[in-house]
Amino acid sequence: MICLPEPDAGILARRERIVTALRALVAPGNVIDEALRLKAYETDALTAYRQVPLAVVLPESTAEVAAILRYAHREGVNVVPRGAGTSLSGGAIPAADAIVVGVGKFNRILDIDYANRCVVAQSGVTNLAISHAVGECGFYYAPDPSSQIACTIGGNVAENSGGVHCLKYGLTTNNVLGVELVCPDGEVVRLGGKHLDSGHYDLLGLTVGSEGLIGIVTEVTVRILKRPQTARALLIGFPSVETAAETVAAIIAAGIVPAGMEMMDRPAIHAAEAFVQVGYPLDVEALLIIELDGPAVEVDLLIERVSAIARAHSAVSSRASANEAERLAFWAGRKAAFPAVGRLSPDYYCMDGTIPRRELPKVLRAIGAMSKRFGLRVANVFHAGDGNLHPLIMYDANVPEELEKAEQFGQEILKLCVDVGGVLTGEHGVGLEKRDLMTYQFAADDLELQHRVKHAFDPNVRFNPGKVYPALRRCAEQGREHVHAGAERFPELPRF
Amino acid sequence: MGAGVATSRLAPRDAAELAEIVRAHPRPLEPLGFGSKRSIGRPIDADPLDLSALDGILAYEPDELVVTARAATPLAVVETALAAHGQRLAFEPPDYGPLLGVAPMQTLGGVLAANLAGSRRVTAGAARDHFLGFEAVSGHGKRFKAGGKVVKNVTGYDLPKLVAGSWGTLAVLTEVTLRVAPAPETETTLIVESETPARAVELMAQALGSSCDVSSAAFDPRQGVALRLEGFTASVDARAAALSTLLDAGGTALEPPESRAFWARHGGAHALADWPVVWRISIPPSHAPRVLASLAAERYLLDWGGGLIWAAYGRLDVARVRGALRAGHATLVKAPASARRETCSFPPPPASLAAVHARIKLAFDPDNRLNPGKLD
Repeated sequence: MICLPEPDAGILARRERIVTALRALVAPGNVIDEALRLKAYETDALTAYRQVPLAVVLPESTAEVAAILRYAHREGVNVVPRGAGTSLSGGAIPAADAIVVGVGKFNRILDIDYANRCVVAQSGVTNLAISHAVGECGFYYAPDPSSQIACTIGGNVAENSGGVHCLKYGLTTNNVLGVELVCPDGEVVRLGGKHLDSGHYDLLGLTVGSEGLIGIVTEVTVRILKRPQTARALLIGFPSVETAAETVAAIIAAGIVPAGMEMMDRPAIHAAEAFVQVGYPLDVEALLIIELDGPAVEVDLLIERVSAIARAHSAVSSRASANEAERLAFWAGRKAAFPAVGRLSPDYYCMDGTIPRRELPKVLRAIGAMSKRFGLRVANVFHAGDGNLHPLIMYDANVPEELEKAEQFGQEILKLCVDVGGVLTGEHGVGLEKRDLMTYQFAADDLELQHRVKHAFDPNVRFNPGKVYPALRRCAEQGREHVHAGAERFPELPRF
Repeated sequence: MGAGVATSRLAPRDAAELAEIVRAHPRPLEPLGFGSKRSIGRPIDADPLDLSALDGILAYEPDELVVTARAATPLAVVETALAAHGQRLAFEPPDYGPLLGVAPMQTLGGVLAANLAGSRRVTAGAARDHFLGFEAVSGHGKRFKAGGKVVKNVTGYDLPKLVAGSWGTLAVLTEVTLRVAPAPETETTLIVESETPARAVELMAQALGSSCDVSSAAFDPRQGVALRLEGFTASVDARAAALSTLLDAGGTALEPPESRAFWARHGGAHALADWPVVWRISIPPSHAPRVLASLAAERYLLDWGGGLIWAAYGRLDVARVRGALRAGHATLVKAPASARRETCSFPPPPASLAAVHARIKLAFDPDNRLNPGKLD
């Protein structure tokens, strides 16, 4: 189990005063302190962990956010920023001694600027709403995390979200031009804008992916792209994970960067097909879904080239989408992989390591061995183009100790990712979930620098406590001192 | 270079020696590869730190799209290695050699520390966008690493972004990992006439906002609007035809060698080599016509669809340039040392950010030992 920091009794004791003060800063109805309504905020998409916050405040303007943060800064109150609460790493899980500042009311698109090919949106606007707003003119916002119907652009900035198209179009960080950020002391700053790059330190680049540790983003400027003329997909079955992985490498080596390139293993294929019945081949060990987009002439050419590469690497079945309905059907199984696995098991735990792709066969074999050892089933979906692995570990939270076993299994997978030259997280973030593994990927001096950067923004260490960086704190749940490896190596820094 | 004369040459053979020098050397340090961009920014009083021994590609796996090299590896060496596998650096590091009057030699680390990017920046991103991870020595003299060696990674703060464009003021890079991209099968450039910069910006916006996948859009008032198309031959042909129809403008198409030569010159602003004062100005593209009017440059070039202005003058007028911008930033890329001593070449951060900038510098280099004052 991951420990939440033990709450600061001094803050808890002041709860009523804090709620009263917040009600003076925003419309009183926008401060939530009733137990029943607070329950709605107790977790995010890492639902194994729950903690009701001290209070929730839903400001309606940047000035209100600034006033709330100035107050919290002055009074020493912890703050947990929140978008739509879809984080898979627990990035938005509250702390008992923290106020949650939600951007749910920041829901307006402020400016659609085709001349400069960008959109300015408040941070609570959903990812998909941006594409919808510019769809009629044939534009879209490229990063497409699977939660895009619900997740906010502010949350995307905090987590540097990816999606199935980021191999070709980049992560959030490559598509954000500017933000308005309210710093922990309440100072409102603008980083970037409608222009490119920074003339000084790239604080915008630092803000993207900072997981709510350095402030609250209230406004985001993103670049938009013209929709490609055509998109077609290939559905290719392989007799082994190895042959599928070799095909992916050969496609990249041939100078082709597909818009999306996804792999599913046998358990994932079967789970998805049982759920959505889109005609996935069931007699294969691995399935690739490869999407190519661009001018029709290019897409047709590349469909041929990719098909030929797949045939040369022992593909046993291959279908190219002939129309849009078929393309969407190819994707339907992949997009439903998580709920499909959810039907097979009461609970599942989604992992998110990245590995050098050449290590895929070895890593999948090791995960198979772990699955036997832990006695827990696993299905694998994989952003094959960029090496981002999503094993789905199936468990039953009602069986004693199965959650703990699933977590241990997950930790072993992530350590293996680091061992083969990869990283703990490709797109879900460290959050609460992988916090205690940071010392596995980073040495003490590496983390010390990151702590110092955090302090440049948040010297009192009040923002999103207990997330991302290992803490030296009393463990709230087990009530014992919980010292993580390496944490005491730089005692001059405050703990968070 | 500052007034001080180094008593002995500081040339670490590896990262460990470098860390020792940063820890123990009594004076501030000026990290240098070939020194090709040394004339950018305020001249500083520091001892040159010769990093040229930190040389060599450590790992290059074409089908992983990743290359790792020691920081002072010559850019040309990396580009040659990539080209042998049909790949390249997508952000198109420009060569400022002719503009600045120095040899066309730069290191990979130098390109990253300056966050350079050429004409393709508008669609493919800058150095920062392809900088996956690094090892470095901080101003404390401690070795540390950040980022990773895989193309997709969100573990911890994105310190590569922060170090890109920090001009060696935060840390001395020792090893860097970059994402690479396939080189296109072919390329062409459409040259379209334009009477005014306003019309040029319109044409470029139309091209970049089309589905013709234009990778660069630039304007030289002496040549016209240039629109680059890259990719598979059949696709480039089809898009070139579509683009001509869309813009309803005549023009000429450059063959691949001429196209490549055009962008090498344009990305490095080689046409401005004879001017003593040159500014590089990043703005929202649609502002370009108005900003150009205020700048009253004696010669200029546009790039990035109008989002980048290169402005050349016979003499330095800082107030005119900084006063012309309502958004964006201007960097003085070329000016006599005497002028650079008197002015800040880099855009000063706004008052609301000055304290954070200062604390970031303190976080990495508390004693101000690395390139002190270069950015100020």
